[in-house]
Amino acid sequence: MGEISQPKLIKRGAEACLFLAEWHGRKVVLKRRLPKKYRLPVLDEEIRTYRTIHEPRLMHEAKRAGVPTPTIFLVDVKNSTIVMEYIEGKQLKQLLNQVSEGDRQNLCRKIGELIGKLHMHGIVHGDLTTSNMIQNGDGKIFFVDFGLGEKTRELEAIGVDLHLMKRALQSTHYKFAEEYFKNVIEGYSSVLDAETVRNVLDKIREIEKRGRYVAERRSMQI
Amino acid sequence: MKQRKTDEGYCLGIESTADDFSVGIATFKGDILANVISAYMPPEGGIHPREAARHHAEVAAKVLEEAFQKAGIKPKDLTAVAFSQGPGLGPCLRTGATVARALASYLRVPLVGVNHCVAHIEIGKLKAGAKDPVTLYVSGGNTIVAAFDAGRYRVFGETLDIALGNCLDVFAREAGLRQRSGEPFGAVVEKLAKKGKRLIPLPYTVKGMDISFSGLLTAAINTLRRGEYSLEDLCYSLQETAFSMVVEVTERALAHTEKGEVLLTGGVAANKRLQEMVCSIAEEHGAKFCTVPGEFAMDNGAMIAWTGVLAFTHGVTMPITKSFVRLKWRLEEVEVPWVK
Repeated sequence: MGEISQPKLIKRGAEACLFLAEWHGRKVVLKRRLPKKYRLPVLDEEIRTYRTIHEPRLMHEAKRAGVPTPTIFLVDVKNSTIVMEYIEGKQLKQLLNQVSEGDRQNLCRKIGELIGKLHMHGIVHGDLTTSNMIQNGDGKIFFVDFGLGEKTRELEAIGVDLHLMKRALQSTHYKFAEEYFKNVIEGYSSVLDAETVRNVLDKIREIEKRGRYVAERRSMQI
Repeated sequence: MKQRKTDEGYCLGIESTADDFSVGIATFKGDILANVISAYMPPEGGIHPREAARHHAEVAAKVLEEAFQKAGIKPKDLTAVAFSQGPGLGPCLRTGATVARALASYLRVPLVGVNHCVAHIEIGKLKAGAKDPVTLYVSGGNTIVAAFDAGRYRVFGETLDIALGNCLDVFAREAGLRQRSGEPFGAVVEKLAKKGKRLIPLPYTVKGMDISFSGLLTAAINTLRRGEYSLEDLCYSLQETAFSMVVEVTERALAHTEKGEVLLTGGVAANKRLQEMVCSIAEEHGAKFCTVPGEFAMDNGAMIAWTGVLAFTHGVTMPITKSFVRLKWRLEEVEVPWVK
């Protein structure tokens, strides 16, 4: 990794630190999973190694499924670091609060389409929040942070994935969460067949009825 | 109804969401004058809601009397009566609510229904001197990571199935562990875990901001039955895995909200290893680690009394006819006008 110059910390997340650097004349992001002191070293290393190997693999597969993700340049398992393309753009988290109602609907539908493509190809993101989606200058939406993702076609995992999206909308965009999620589902339905969508929506309802999400059951109709 | 100034008065709080029946008395200034807790101990197995409720009804008068005695006040001195309105076990909640309604209508003072989870956060803030923390609330019935935003405590992450304390309890019972009187199963597991050395691989399930313990519990029980590992190693591995999961989510909430404090509360907060782990992430993010003494971390009446004070002084009371209990009352449904 000797060619990497001047890494600059751009985000100190809970799980990893993101550095902006230059690599062979390109702007790149280094995602480094630092050891967590609170976890036992054995467990900590296992989790970091697993996620470092797993994440680029999923990102690559997502791209093949038609979901833009940053290109992976290098994976350094020993230092649990991933070197990837830097996406210049805006997080959907901010964007959604800045644009007009019409644009917002389109953005949410687009998000839904992309999630649909992931699920269609057996990929579950695992942390669908609007901070993990970036729109670049060309209007392309990139999904980032697949650290908690998995390859699965299990209805349960797919249901939980979308349910998390809904919960994320509620905690960061609570005023419009209902409307946003409705648009997400519209987009989602446009790429998957009706029966699958019905099953997924039933699953989400079932998850919510497990007792912990009664308020959602009452307040939101999907 | 009595009219009083809002800066002086006493509120009595009744907690009865699960296996504990407790009465606390708080002054409007935030002094806790009494916090009497009577725990129901099932002869075997978990909490049977009706049996627990029967216990509550049996001890109610005695606990009330003791609370008044400790506080050195008389029933007629009360300004308001608060009770835990939910979430919790139906029969238990109804027993506490009945006592509260009777007391309030006899004394002709206002009745305040309090959300149990809000109360845990409020007493935590009061007792640990926290102002605006990210709260990790872990008990037998709840596992919630919450923080205040725009008028309410928002849930950032929570369990998708069983609670952390429940996971430890069920494992302990399956392992045939015995508890001494007054000692929770979590403490028994903690003691054994201290002697464990080997980390046995168990499922680590974090889904976004949420966690799941059911798979972990099943795996731990299956491993136990196969008898390949010592119970000490299993307790150790169960704790390390389960705690790492909740702490990971707490750290995410801390990084996301950038708050300056982390509050650890609920029955499981008594666990030293968990405290150490939460303290570690607090340090890493430059936040203050706050935890509360056991009697205010577990289910207690003082937290209901104090939250009753906060609600009452901000105009939140309810007529008895509308004081039905709410078994599945979520934390984020509650407006908390006293937090700015």
